[in-house]
Amino acid sequence: MSGASIRDRAAIVGIGQTPFAKHLGRSEYDMALEAILAACADAGIAPRDIDGTVRYDIETTDEEQLLAALGNPLLRWFASSAWGGGGSASVLVLAAGAIAAGLATIVLVYRSRARGKHSAYGKGQHLGGRYWERLDTALPGLNGWHVPHGLVSAFQEMAMIAMRHRIEYGTTDDQYAEVAVAFREHARLNPNAVMRTPMTIADHHASRMISDPLRLLDCCIETDGAVALIVTSAERARDLRQRPAYILSGAMAGGGHHIRLSTFYERDRFDDGAPRVARQLWETAGVGPEDVDVAFFYDFFTPLVIMGLEDYGFAPRGEGGAFVEGGGIAWPDGRLPCNTNGGQLSEAFVHGFNNTVEAVRQVRGTSTAQVDGCELAFVAGGNTDPTGAVLLRR
Amino acid sequence: MSVRDAVLTRGVPLPLPTRDTDAFYAAAREGVLVFQRCSACGRFRHYPRPLCPACLSREFAWMPSSGRGTVWTWTIVRGPTLPAFEAAVPYNVVDVLMDEGVHFVSQVLDCPPEEIRAGMPVRAVFVTASVDITLVKFRRAE
Repeated sequence: MSGASIRDRAAIVGIGQTPFAKHLGRSEYDMALEAILAACADAGIAPRDIDGTVRYDIETTDEEQLLAALGNPLLRWFASSAWGGGGSASVLVLAAGAIAAGLATIVLVYRSRARGKHSAYGKGQHLGGRYWERLDTALPGLNGWHVPHGLVSAFQEMAMIAMRHRIEYGTTDDQYAEVAVAFREHARLNPNAVMRTPMTIADHHASRMISDPLRLLDCCIETDGAVALIVTSAERARDLRQRPAYILSGAMAGGGHHIRLSTFYERDRFDDGAPRVARQLWETAGVGPEDVDVAFFYDFFTPLVIMGLEDYGFAPRGEGGAFVEGGGIAWPDGRLPCNTNGGQLSEAFVHGFNNTVEAVRQVRGTSTAQVDGCELAFVAGGNTDPTGAVLLRR
Repeated sequence: MSVRDAVLTRGVPLPLPTRDTDAFYAAAREGVLVFQRCSACGRFRHYPRPLCPACLSREFAWMPSSGRGTVWTWTIVRGPTLPAFEAAVPYNVVDVLMDEGVHFVSQVLDCPPEEIRAGMPVRAVFVTASVDITLVKFRRAE
């Protein structure tokens, strides 16, 4: 399905979430259902009318569990996106595709994640520790190429990618800090945000180095929480309760993955996933980066926001660092306010989906860091995975 | 003991060879670094895979590497990390661009964190990790 065929065919009409916290002490199933009911109420639709669902493939609440709790008699189409946070916008491309193709009329998209104090992922679920602390010691898969050398977790892999960007372009610690500080300032305005204490550039530099060049304050937080969205056709959206956030365009592209550096660097960055998503996205939308009022990057680590600005054409190649300087991505005065919820660095880490909810708020005009006259919001998935992006318009 | 202690990985994680990677580890046990080379177009590839991504040929040979390359990117792991690696903190991890044109993730031995730099020439060395597994590491090349 080409991007053009989903253009303006669907809209996000309901948003819902749980509280976000470092520890809620609840199951991912329970949190998912709270967010789903909230999204349905927001949209003014009955949960039993949901006839399509899209989830991340790593989501632990599956279609059978949804049916068991919601009793939806109409569920007839369901899909999932691979690649974790890389798929955080792809799930909306799938939903819009199903609507455009007539495969479903009301599509639920959701993500629930208990990864705060007690991770609910992998072996030893709920017993604590990060997923990478519970890796097997005999590695038959591709993990066997890097874990035995002490490269065990996402922040270490990302450190390698960030370091290469510094080697090529001279990206600096001050530029990383600009990202962290801007998003913290946004979080301070957002009552949902987990991290709301003030942060300065000096605070960033004083935080401990965990994997050069990444400091603690370059990293996203780990939280508990769930988010859900309701997507329906553009026609139906006009008759519902909320101002629709129309999905103007969306695109996906395969590409390298940060875990596999041996293949990540096989191709030029600008032939990789996110830059190819960008080319499809702008072409099918008929707009360009200069038309975007607010942008949401997959901010798992500060340097990846800087790279995302380049990947999607907001900044020339190698100039993402300069773009963020002097509050370049800070609300309200930056040239492009980004992640106005505080993002995954300071609001919560719901695999990017909390950023999507905030993008809908911006289009509705209800953000706590509202961009005046916001007409067009950009949302990207993790840009060092096979990934996707969408444009939401008023 | 906390519940977290019960699930923490304490052993050293090692690769488990598969049908796609057996030959690599067999050669490493003999002190030889090998990469797949496409028999049709001559391109090297790593990690091992059944098909050449350049020309789609399934024909390939395992070719000894020069063992030489340069550091493409790197990090210094300062923790947190797995318990098996905690005693070594801070340690380097590097991505080496091999002379054959493939990338290889490993470590540079006997190189203090402050001396790692991009473009540093390195050469492969072999470290026995178990009966079956010999890991390919690097040293600075003069």
